[in-house]
Amino acid sequence: MADISRRGWLVGASTLGLAPWLGGCEPIEGGPSRPGLYGLSDTLTLATQRFLLRDQPLAREFPADAISAVFPAINTTDPDDPAYKRSKDLEFADWKLPVTGLVERPGAFSLADLRAMPARTQVTLHSCEQGWSAIGGWTGVPLSHVLASCGLKPEARFIVIRTVDGWWDSYDLFDALHPQTILAYGMNGGDLPVAHGAPVRLRVERQLGYKSLKYLAGIEATDRVSGIGQGRGSMVSELGFSWYAGI
Amino acid sequence: MRPVEPVRHPLWVRLTHWIGAGAFVALGVSGVAILLALPRLFWGETGANDAPAWIVLPLPVNLEQTGWGRNLHFLAAWIFVLSGALYLAAALVSGHLFRRLAPERDQLRPGHLARELRAHLRLRPSVPASGQERYNALQKLAYLAVLLVLAPVMLLSGLTMSPGVTAAYPELFTLFGGRQSARTVHFLAATLLVAFLLVHLWQVAANRPLRLLRGMITGRTGRTTEET
Repeated sequence: MADISRRGWLVGASTLGLAPWLGGCEPIEGGPSRPGLYGLSDTLTLATQRFLLRDQPLAREFPADAISAVFPAINTTDPDDPAYKRSKDLEFADWKLPVTGLVERPGAFSLADLRAMPARTQVTLHSCEQGWSAIGGWTGVPLSHVLASCGLKPEARFIVIRTVDGWWDSYDLFDALHPQTILAYGMNGGDLPVAHGAPVRLRVERQLGYKSLKYLAGIEATDRVSGIGQGRGSMVSELGFSWYAGI
Repeated sequence: MRPVEPVRHPLWVRLTHWIGAGAFVALGVSGVAILLALPRLFWGETGANDAPAWIVLPLPVNLEQTGWGRNLHFLAAWIFVLSGALYLAAALVSGHLFRRLAPERDQLRPGHLARELRAHLRLRPSVPASGQERYNALQKLAYLAVLLVLAPVMLLSGLTMSPGVTAAYPELFTLFGGRQSARTVHFLAATLLVAFLLVHLWQVAANRPLRLLRGMITGRTGRTTEET
């Protein structure tokens, strides 16, 4: 099955003449796999979008007055986890975000550590796979900065993110190191509300909302995601959704 | 010796017709599945359950159909777009588009169009089916509207809902006036395509369906309707 899906990646990439650009024969070695026709269709979509996004454009940003009055909060809106509740009562003063895996200097960052790093504010359109969309303003530190400050090793290919409420997802460096991929601690000028993932959530602006995980619990750099869980690359993929959600 | 009937539909027309037909059904069914998560339509950039809707569709809300719906929708969309592109390219290169689908001058005269319209409204064939050498004008205009207007609008409005594609081409938002507008246009164009399909099926059923079906499957119409 892994072989078939690897061939899927190659077929999709070479069909579009992308094999050289994607880096030789194994464009996403160790990447998520999906068998069958849906795997092929996902691969075509990923290869095409990677070609269209080859210059790493930014997703559209809006002026602050475009921010939606109501921004829906779905799935978990207040994690039912004792440690999280304790931390919330302390206004997350004891909260730490561990960064582990293929980094020179593994460590854990407090909210104050992240706030002391260079910040980016972006007002963007959030598109949910359910069909709704809303405009929100997000302030945080680029994931690329956090990874660089830990010394991301050259063999790292994927960033795996886990959350307080048990979700996990992965991103290859193409998206993880994009300037708009931030660890957001602020929303619409204030602190990130609990319903939207306090103390820190991820923003991945060129993919659907389900890739922007809330309630971050840990970051791990790795060279392959094929060995994690069912090898699909994320928890939503194990529920039948696409790992790459640029569509 | 029985004369061989001329090939009416070339192989590439028949192949892309049936591949497109299958993909179209898959797109329609999966499109409804996706829509059920938020059966409300909006104009502009934003829209959600709490926001005022332009139209609330009388459909049950169901959040559980999105996963398979999206998988099937995008697989079918790839098939539909690739086979449709192949069809359009072949239709242009071979002259099929101008020879078979573009209305001829005499067909566009008001008197002729009025006659065709009256015949259609009375549910009568506008020309005797047995001597039909060309499509009638309304039929040609319907095919051209689907090929050159509705299908491109579907593709572009669909792509406007893709956060990846719009990062590369934000002009798409300008074209449709926002993501929710694109979603609404996608729905309206889909409705027109389904209306076309219903008329198409009705026209086949009303005009010697076996002969027409055989024509689109084998390329030959046969000598008469009844013979197998």
